[in-house]
Amino acid sequence: MSSSVSTVNTESTTSSGRFAQNAVRHWGERLIESVLFLAAFSAVAVTVAIVGILVYESQAFFQHVPLKDFLTDTQWTIMFSDKHFGVAPLLAGTLTTTGVALLLAVPIGTVTAIYLSEFASYRVREIVKPVLELLAGIPTVVFGYFALLMVTPALQWFMPDLPGFNMLGPGLVIGIMIIPYISSVAEDAMRAVPMHMREGSYAMGATRLQTALKVVMPAATSGVVAAYILGISRAVGETMVVAVAAGQQPNFTFDPRESGATITAFIVQVALGDLPHGSLEYQSIFAVGLVLVLLTLFFNVLGHVVRKRFREAY
Amino acid sequence: MDMSAGVIGAQAADATMPPLKAEARELDFFYGELQALKSVSMPVAANRVTALIGPSGCGKSTFLRCFNRMHDLYDGSRYRGRIVFQPDGVNVLDRAVDPIEVRMRIGMVFQKPNPFPKSIFENVAYGLRVRGERSRRVVAEKVEQALRDASLWEEVSDRLDEMAFNLSGGQQQRLCIARALATEPELMLFDEPTSALDPIATANIEELIHRLKEKVTILIVTHNMQQAARVSDYTAFMYLGELVEFGDTNLIFTNPKSKRTEDYITGRYG
Amino acid sequence: MAYDAQAVRRLVARGKQWDKVFVIVGLLCMMVGILTLALLLVGLIQDGAGRLNWQFFSHFPSRRAAQAGILSAIVGSSLVMLVTALAAIPLGIAAGVYLEEYAGRNWVTEIIEVNVTNLAGVPSIVYGLLALSLFVYGLDFGQSILSAGLTLALLILPVIIVSTREAIRAIPGTIREGAYALGATRWQTVRDHVVPYSTGGILTGVIIGLARAIGETAPVITIGALTFIAFLPPAPVSGEFPFLSFEWMRSPFTVMPIQMFNWLSRPQAAFQENAAAAGVVLVVMTLLMNAAAIWLRVRYRKRIKW
Repeated sequence: MSSSVSTVNTESTTSSGRFAQNAVRHWGERLIESVLFLAAFSAVAVTVAIVGILVYESQAFFQHVPLKDFLTDTQWTIMFSDKHFGVAPLLAGTLTTTGVALLLAVPIGTVTAIYLSEFASYRVREIVKPVLELLAGIPTVVFGYFALLMVTPALQWFMPDLPGFNMLGPGLVIGIMIIPYISSVAEDAMRAVPMHMREGSYAMGATRLQTALKVVMPAATSGVVAAYILGISRAVGETMVVAVAAGQQPNFTFDPRESGATITAFIVQVALGDLPHGSLEYQSIFAVGLVLVLLTLFFNVLGHVVRKRFREAY
Repeated sequence: MDMSAGVIGAQAADATMPPLKAEARELDFFYGELQALKSVSMPVAANRVTALIGPSGCGKSTFLRCFNRMHDLYDGSRYRGRIVFQPDGVNVLDRAVDPIEVRMRIGMVFQKPNPFPKSIFENVAYGLRVRGERSRRVVAEKVEQALRDASLWEEVSDRLDEMAFNLSGGQQQRLCIARALATEPELMLFDEPTSALDPIATANIEELIHRLKEKVTILIVTHNMQQAARVSDYTAFMYLGELVEFGDTNLIFTNPKSKRTEDYITGRYG
Repeated sequence: MAYDAQAVRRLVARGKQWDKVFVIVGLLCMMVGILTLALLLVGLIQDGAGRLNWQFFSHFPSRRAAQAGILSAIVGSSLVMLVTALAAIPLGIAAGVYLEEYAGRNWVTEIIEVNVTNLAGVPSIVYGLLALSLFVYGLDFGQSILSAGLTLALLILPVIIVSTREAIRAIPGTIREGAYALGATRWQTVRDHVVPYSTGGILTGVIIGLARAIGETAPVITIGALTFIAFLPPAPVSGEFPFLSFEWMRSPFTVMPIQMFNWLSRPQAAFQENAAAAGVVLVVMTLLMNAAAIWLRVRYRKRIKW
């Protein structure tokens, strides 16, 4: 190193010499990055594809069926000769079953979340959480079985006039199905509330319940709302439970004691039959599918707006 | 040789300065809008140990990590100025320079030992594999040599296939040193290498550093002034992103030229 | 104002009462889930256990309930899962790796992340609609195992991406820095360190995703899986060159949940029993897979202590 005394003029201003970029390595790395990027971008591609296809197939449908009829007619009899194309009965079915589900799941899920987050011991949590996860993992068609052959007969014991196909049984079962979703997301949100907020409350002599309701829940509102939205999305999109147990007759009613068909059950019904590509029936499932997606989107946006209003900064 | 502004005591060191391995010239560094290094100019003598000392937040680790372009890994980092690496005479901060190439010639040991969750052998061999070394014999030889240089061979030669996590903290750090040495770097950067270790392990590593300087140039950041005094030939005192004083370790500790240096050394703050 | 000890004591006592009430209510709520699980299993086993014999697993469905079996459904489910896994795992891991190791903080990355979250909330039947239009007709894959496998792969993609990202995030930055400091490129660091160390977490997500996919009925019905299949898809090996056949991918088929749905839709009690038996098989399969995933997650967290 005797010749390497550093003076100003030994600084090279031209090439980087041994430090120059290795072209092969460089382009190899870029290639890999591009491939990985495409993989990640596929998520966007799928969304675009979903929207594109729904719109594309629906517009064919709406060339035959005026939008006004679609929105205002209270009958959906597309499978019969006297065709009515009002989406209202299907929408009513979806909203009714979802409503029943939420009436069950929101209170129970929220209470469960509060209990697990604020009251339960470590051991209880270690048992209950996996059980709820397992519950969430059971195939929905099995829940359909549960609704048809166990819940409805049980309900009929209280309400002898209840028809074999109704929206109450499936609604309750969907509610049970989404309890794990609501409770787990809400619980995560509550547990994320820093201890020092609770300590402030306890130090003033508040009980656990008072702290939970007055300090933790308001602080976790954003996450709890997200949990509810998740539950709603899940309930709205549920297919098999209603397909099995709610009957397949579109019925414009909000009375869960009657039978009815949801948007999702209708799609399944059509798909089970003969589906000639390009027929009106074929196109109709995309049209109602579009309604379903818009409905889910509506709830997501609503949730987003509500969360923004309640976003707590610690 | 112009050692540039802000460095006191450079003249005294200049006269007897050995050949340099690297030299920072008016180096600025920005994290986004925040300027963390201000016009730092400092020589790094070849085959010597240079220590960087100063209170928390003074920028010594930030400065160290400029040498091997570590900041490139994080968005928002910006270099301005030069770090000239010898014998090439190239500014390693230049955009045309590949940071991978820089890191092939400069090794780093971190504050908390960070062995990979692999076997002891594979940890040391990794740098060689990255350089495309395929011969099993060559790899085995270099691994052994590196472990010997790091004073670890005796303790692990019979269990090279065990997970590195099974080693003690001091052993893990020596493993990390061996890992960096295996690739025969020209400059080694130590970022507070003993702050997480007990006194015995610390003494081992200080002794190791002392021996290593025959093979490799060493730049070490330490928050422990006594360690700097024990281990280094040259010391640089930094404060709030600036290089306040640089010189012979003995001179800095016995006769600092700047009051700020003196205050820090005598423990008035820090 | 004097400190009214009596009143305060009453207040505190009342507060404590409510606490106790809530504990009871909380326990009851948790019991809902546990009870449902128990009732469900008991009901299924009661109805279906009688039908669970070797015959059930080795026969095709039949109009005569007593002779019907789930052979075609099991084979169909397995083949569809194979396609799903082959499609979703590489794609999901690659996407997760990109988002954690390569993506910068810009609007493109944000759009991708928003989409991943969105897709997780899309009703499964919509995936069926997508597949019907795009795979079955658009790309002419037909109403086949290939279409079903790809559909379910898209369905579980968000699950795999999210668990890959979480597993990668658990790796401390100092390990990465150690690799880079030795001169490794980004891809070398990913290939030699990031992915191998996150395998446990990724595997957990894969199992959960596949467990979900096995039980999915709606999208598979929508693309036209038939409910009455009394034959098996062609074997993947053939007698002539090149000895590997992909005919099975284009064959009509059915899957377990659809078979159960089909039997459930028939009014005869005998078919209800078949449905229950199929339900037992399905529940056991998904419970085992989910339990395996949970166990893996626990064990994995203990093994690598960062």
